[in-house]
Amino acid sequence: MDLQYSQEYEDFREEVKAFLAANWPLQGDEAQLGVKEQGALFRERAIAAGYQARGIPRKYGGSEQEPDVLKATIIGEEFARVRAPAEMRGIGPSMLVPTLLECGEEWQKEKFVAPTMKGEIHWCQGYSEPGSGSDLASLKTRAERVGDEWVINGQKIWTTGAHLADWMFCLCRTEPDASKHAGISYLLIPMKQEGIEVRPLKQMNGGADFNEVFLSDARTPADHIVGERGQGWVVSRSTLKHERSMIGDSRQSSLMFKGLVRLAKKLGRIDDPAVRQQLAELEGYVLAHQYSGYRQLTCAARGQQPGPVGLMNKLNSTNIGHRSARIALDLTGDAALLGPTPTEGNMYSGLGESAGWITQYMWSLGIAIAGGTANIQRNVIAERGYGLPRDAAAQTSK
Amino acid sequence: MNFGLSEEQELLQQTVAQFIENESPVTRVRELYDGDAPYDPAAWKGICELGISGLMVPEEFGGAELGLVDLALVAEVLGAGAFPGPFLGHALAVIALLEGGSDAQKAKWLPRLAAGDALGAVALGEESGAWDPAAWTGDVSGDAVSARKAWAPGAADADLLVVGVAGGELVLVEATASGVSIEPVDSMDRTRRFDGVVLENAPCEKLPGGAAAARRVRDAGLVLLAADAFGGASKLLQMTVDYAQTREQFGQTIAHFQAVKHKLADMAVEIEPARGLYWYAAYAWDELPDEAERAAAHAKAHLADRFMDLARDAVELHGGIGFTWECDVQFWFKRAMFDRAFLGQPAEHRERAARLGGW
Repeated sequence: MDLQYSQEYEDFREEVKAFLAANWPLQGDEAQLGVKEQGALFRERAIAAGYQARGIPRKYGGSEQEPDVLKATIIGEEFARVRAPAEMRGIGPSMLVPTLLECGEEWQKEKFVAPTMKGEIHWCQGYSEPGSGSDLASLKTRAERVGDEWVINGQKIWTTGAHLADWMFCLCRTEPDASKHAGISYLLIPMKQEGIEVRPLKQMNGGADFNEVFLSDARTPADHIVGERGQGWVVSRSTLKHERSMIGDSRQSSLMFKGLVRLAKKLGRIDDPAVRQQLAELEGYVLAHQYSGYRQLTCAARGQQPGPVGLMNKLNSTNIGHRSARIALDLTGDAALLGPTPTEGNMYSGLGESAGWITQYMWSLGIAIAGGTANIQRNVIAERGYGLPRDAAAQTSK
Repeated sequence: MNFGLSEEQELLQQTVAQFIENESPVTRVRELYDGDAPYDPAAWKGICELGISGLMVPEEFGGAELGLVDLALVAEVLGAGAFPGPFLGHALAVIALLEGGSDAQKAKWLPRLAAGDALGAVALGEESGAWDPAAWTGDVSGDAVSARKAWAPGAADADLLVVGVAGGELVLVEATASGVSIEPVDSMDRTRRFDGVVLENAPCEKLPGGAAAARRVRDAGLVLLAADAFGGASKLLQMTVDYAQTREQFGQTIAHFQAVKHKLADMAVEIEPARGLYWYAAYAWDELPDEAERAAAHAKAHLADRFMDLARDAVELHGGIGFTWECDVQFWFKRAMFDRAFLGQPAEHRERAARLGGW
């Protein structure tokens, strides 16, 4: 066990600071570019310097660094301090890229990884369907080979960011005669085409982050398949694993906790003994999650398995998100009675600032459902983590 | 940078686990539980022969000179085994000498404590519920101490008592000295039985380390309790998983029922990710003094509560048998009650954590 910032890390911090001093904010003509262009330019330099895309090989546009929690923490802290653009996150960088690196063809990695990491290509995930949620492998969207192309027909749902995406990684049934799991393939489909219609779904918190996607004779080239025909299920397991660890990232929990303490201070509630107890108990969970992350990263670096805890990250994050939002709901009090329309210049205007936390309370529920519901997570933990019997329904349909 | 165990540390845990399997299986725990003797002296001697009594003691005094991380790893395994014996009090007495003892005090006591030839115990808490060193009331005048200390595990068998006194300091009292009387009391956790210690003008020696050393001892105690709680909770989880795969109702094992599976998954998510809390607190105690106090407070508060919650769930999932004296679950249920109360309730430590966090 060694968590100290040795001289090596102090030196590294100085390096990062020097890099940032020279590279952010952008100067001269570059400072006149749009936000997106500035971000892309900066990220390219940050990757070249080894500070972003650290887990990705150089030949695919990454910086190929040894995994190191302390260095990652230092980079996070120093970048945040000067508000420099953080590493690209979201569905493409966190889910598609690791999947391509694990299962993709050489040309696919070359074509997609670097632009995705630079934020030039945005992705959405075509998994869930109206009739296939927790029982994802029952999905019905068909893809047929016609000449040099796949022709796809069907409907996807809960597709986060489909309205902004350039590409979709999509599970389709390509082998209708094969068994449920063996009939699925993993295709990469361009979104900007005639055969694709995206309709937003309005959420209970008023936002519209996800969509329905209708595919009517949508097309993609025959070689835009990851893995072999019929291996899509196996490939998708790899993606889901990455999604769960993304949702399970403990840094998010830590940031939310710090925000809560600030909120309690701002609202003058931090001296309330009951509030202090609630916050301190929550911090116990947040710290446990953080150290559990340290341990899992150490295991990964050593090539060891961390045990069942590796299956728990998503549910643990979800639980923490719920607890955090619940405390925020208590702290903000009557503000929870207000709708999302801003209130200014009237008796409610003082309450408006709390609105973000109210939305967060509802959003924490969305997180509990997305990427495998909490109940499906419990099945996975019980069955794969502790060897309990498979669910009866899942057994018979396999 | 790494946050994992070394091969030596893994071996240490395996060695202690093997010892418990051979020398202190749960059937033996039950014999002791129902008997008058608080523990098996032969098993404690075996633990001492493994070097655990002197794990943190410097080599010059016959110890292994390891850190609190290593001792906490042992505490986890002993907790998983519900090991009956004076480990906790002895460990804290040794740590008190290491942190606050004079050269002469160390030279006199550490070799015997490390070898297991002498047994140490601590007398810290009081009837009023005063666990925090600042609240201790023992009265020292000259070389004599008068104090009423409750909740001193293993004091009846100890040779050396480390006693908390007014000003948050510690004194050494030899158990055979005049003015020392031990008041036996029926203990909930029969694997770690308490005694009351009453001192009336008993000869004593102050530990020169003073209040700072006493706080370090308290923090080390919190870490060891947290480690015990993690070990105990993990063991109970596994016992409950095993039970669910054996017990049959409606023609199948109850592990087939999603209500049971999901409950077990929730129990696992409450405890398994929290292992690092005690690791980190132990590591901070060894290496990051500025963070140690807060980390120890968090580790104890969180893990003791998780252990207690999990113990309740374990009883429930065992059904009627879980509520009986004959079911082994009760050993850990009561260890959870000990871990939660000893050295102060979770709420007390959460309040300290909040204050130490600057809010």
